Amino acid sequence: MRVHAKRAIALVAGLLLPAVVMADWTMNMSPGVTGTSNEIFSLHMTILWICVAIGVVVFGVMFWSIFAHRKSQGHKPANFHENTFVEVLWTAIPLAILVAMAVPATATLIEMYDTTESDIDIKVTGYQWRWQYEYINDDFSYFSSLSTPRAQIENRQEKGENYLLEVDKPLVIPVGKKVRLLLTANDVIHSWWVPEFGIKKDAIPGFINETWTRVDEPGTYRGQCTELCGKDHGFMPVVVEAVPEEEYIAWVAEQKAAAEVERQLTEKDWTLEDLMVRGEKAYASACAACHQPNGAGLPPAFPALKGSPVATGDIAVHIETVVNGVSGTAMQAFGGQLSEVDLAAVITYERNAWGNNTGDMVTPKEIFDYKNKE
Amino acid sequence: MSAVAGTHSQEHHHGPAKGISRWLLTTNHKDIGSMYLMFSFAMFLIGGSMAMVIRAELFQPGLQIVQPEFFNQMTTMHGLIMVFGAVMPAFVGLANWMIPLMIGAPDMALPRMNNWSFWLLPCAFLILVSTLFMEGGAPNFGWTFYAPLSTTYGPPSTTFFIFAIHIMGVSSIMGAINVIATVLNMRAPGMSLMKMPMFVWTWLITAFLLIAVMPVLAGAVTMMLMDINFGTSFFDASGGGDPVLFQHVFWFFGHPEVYIMILPAFGAISHIVPAFSRKRLFGYASMVYATGAIALLSFLVWAHHMFTVGIPLAGELFFMYATLLIAVPTGVKVFNWVSTMFRGSLSFEAPMLFAVAFIILFSIGGFSGLMLAIAPADFQYHDTYFVVAHFHYVLVPGAIFGIFASAYFWLPKWTGHMYDETLAKTHFWLSFVGMNLAFFPMHFLGLAGMPRRIPDYALQFADFNMVSSIGAFMFGATQLLFLFIVVKCVRGGEKAPAKPWDGAEGLEWTVPSPAPYHTFATPPDIK
Repeated sequence: MRVHAKRAIALVAGLLLPAVVMADWTMNMSPGVTGTSNEIFSLHMTILWICVAIGVVVFGVMFWSIFAHRKSQGHKPANFHENTFVEVLWTAIPLAILVAMAVPATATLIEMYDTTESDIDIKVTGYQWRWQYEYINDDFSYFSSLSTPRAQIENRQEKGENYLLEVDKPLVIPVGKKVRLLLTANDVIHSWWVPEFGIKKDAIPGFINETWTRVDEPGTYRGQCTELCGKDHGFMPVVVEAVPEEEYIAWVAEQKAAAEVERQLTEKDWTLEDLMVRGEKAYASACAACHQPNGAGLPPAFPALKGSPVATGDIAVHIETVVNGVSGTAMQAFGGQLSEVDLAAVITYERNAWGNNTGDMVTPKEIFDYKNKE
Repeated sequence: MSAVAGTHSQEHHHGPAKGISRWLLTTNHKDIGSMYLMFSFAMFLIGGSMAMVIRAELFQPGLQIVQPEFFNQMTTMHGLIMVFGAVMPAFVGLANWMIPLMIGAPDMALPRMNNWSFWLLPCAFLILVSTLFMEGGAPNFGWTFYAPLSTTYGPPSTTFFIFAIHIMGVSSIMGAINVIATVLNMRAPGMSLMKMPMFVWTWLITAFLLIAVMPVLAGAVTMMLMDINFGTSFFDASGGGDPVLFQHVFWFFGHPEVYIMILPAFGAISHIVPAFSRKRLFGYASMVYATGAIALLSFLVWAHHMFTVGIPLAGELFFMYATLLIAVPTGVKVFNWVSTMFRGSLSFEAPMLFAVAFIILFSIGGFSGLMLAIAPADFQYHDTYFVVAHFHYVLVPGAIFGIFASAYFWLPKWTGHMYDETLAKTHFWLSFVGMNLAFFPMHFLGLAGMPRRIPDYALQFADFNMVSSIGAFMFGATQLLFLFIVVKCVRGGEKAPAKPWDGAEGLEWTVPSPAPYHTFATPPDIK
């Protein structure tokens, strides 16, 4: 028995040791970096200590009974089973505590709901499984998706410091400004959360939710999608960079210029090779999560593209499927999500990759014409 | 034959039928109760093994054992099986066994319907579990099956899932009607409502909750069925529908549902604590009123599950206040149990150990519930592991410890043998340590920012996840010991007297152990 116990302890210790060594035993909520998150933190601590205090009193009485009123100690049971006074008392006291708790909570909530007088409005759209950020006042938008390599997730590579909490293009906001976020979703319900801002709001198809934040300290803040949204729910992080205002203004100018360049690309003469290169990238970010990098899909929800009738048949049907989606299925309409260049590139790529060698090429111009014909 | 016919009947003294037809065709409340209990334990093991898969995948960061698609099927099926297959049928089983014995009735009021409501359940779960083997896999949208993830984006097996839910709902509603009919009509003369045992009271109230909300669940899944197969758009925004409507309807069912899973446990604990304190239950009347108040309030708090969906400020405040109010009657119950123990003459056999752990750990779940009720703070807690910790604290040491406590308390009555006390105490301590090790660190994970329902996580969550998995494996393995203890007790052991617990009160202890096949053919006298 002894030996077994020692072995068991050694085993458990052996398993736990590496964890203890790299220890990150964070046990509590972070106070965060915004006024809202600080207020929430103080509400959280207040209610926590109230609960601890009630627990100490109630369990104290209980442990006293367990200790002192045992049959084995020869304790004889008392004979009371009612006392109106204490019963009224222990109904009234909790009620008073709850009212005391509800007052500051109400004040915080009212403030959290005040989305008026914002300096910047950004529309956040949830997609399976990435976020789109649209800077409404500045007329540009982009997608933000997980940038952790597949190899790290599948344990073929050492995991990086920000494993699963890193994206290709973070949301950028200026410090000290009231940023209003308008949240919606394109497919299923998602939820946008950055713990250090103290905001979490659902992004729901057909609805536009509002919330706001004002970040005072520059820095990179990380969060995740918090509403189950399908298979890659655990792989759609939120990363926000809060930068000084001048830096933000410069960044916006850069984005606007890049958007202009992108628009001009539609006019360029594209070759099959160029489209294939660009298509592979666009496919990896927009399509591979469902249809898989090797085009084999995950049937029946996500059909294979390799050798599929759509990807090897009539080009018009292929374009229509990608641009308008297939209603009633998980296939989204990518017409609004991708630029003409990316749509053309993706379709060309799908028609020529994985042995689909149709030799077909779709130009951005054709997509542009198709969209405007509608 | 007359040995089992018992002391109460003269003419009506046949024993159980022989062979399989005893179980298929039985209308006997004790047989049906046993079948419910065995069924629920089988489901507990199946649902539990799914939890083991989940915890094994979460043992370390990275994907090791299962892919995200299958992981989501496991979390969904674990939740559905535990809620509808393990906890609810276990309480129906206890109700079947104990309510007639406690109120001095010969059987349930509607015995054939009783048989039917049980046998629907294995059919429903056969359908539900079979979805795991279908193309596209089992439901993968969480046990809360929010639309449109469960409609437009659901796997093809969703329709089978809907059918299974309908059958379970029919079964639950019939079970509830039976309890109400029995309690209201078949009490022994002299047993007024305010003399009823607490377990009967809590079950009566639970049955009304079931009848009120199971049809709402049926409505929700029927709308899903229409959206999936018949082209309607109840929950599809692109067709003019409303995905949030689904959540309102679901939680209007879902919140009372959580009380359905805990109220009968409150009742059982209110028998066990006095029995091992050798002192009457403190504040019987306030216990009854508190249960009623909890049940009524449970209809007014559903949107506290939806604080982040963007309901208007006024709605947010209403649901926050209403939710906070529930703490008052729940507090009354805890205070009453503690006062019952206070200055009693306590002993700690297995039922009492589970009951005391119930009071402490359920209260911890109640405390985290109170924290979740604070709407602004909920914006941080919502859909994180803090919530997972919260509801496992109310369901595992709440509902499930309540069931274990009841099982040990009444096993001598059911089998006629005493269970092995040493093994039962071992079962308790291993469960207690395993359960806390599994679920307490989840509070920390949630507060540190780990969302729920994810198959893989960032590195800062690694340590507590490993601790939690170890605890979960320990808790899971321990439950096989419970199976062993029960089998051992059924097969033999020290003979149990009619009343094996010196402090226990109630009519069930006036009949011999094991309880004869037919009891109270003539109603007992109530003093």
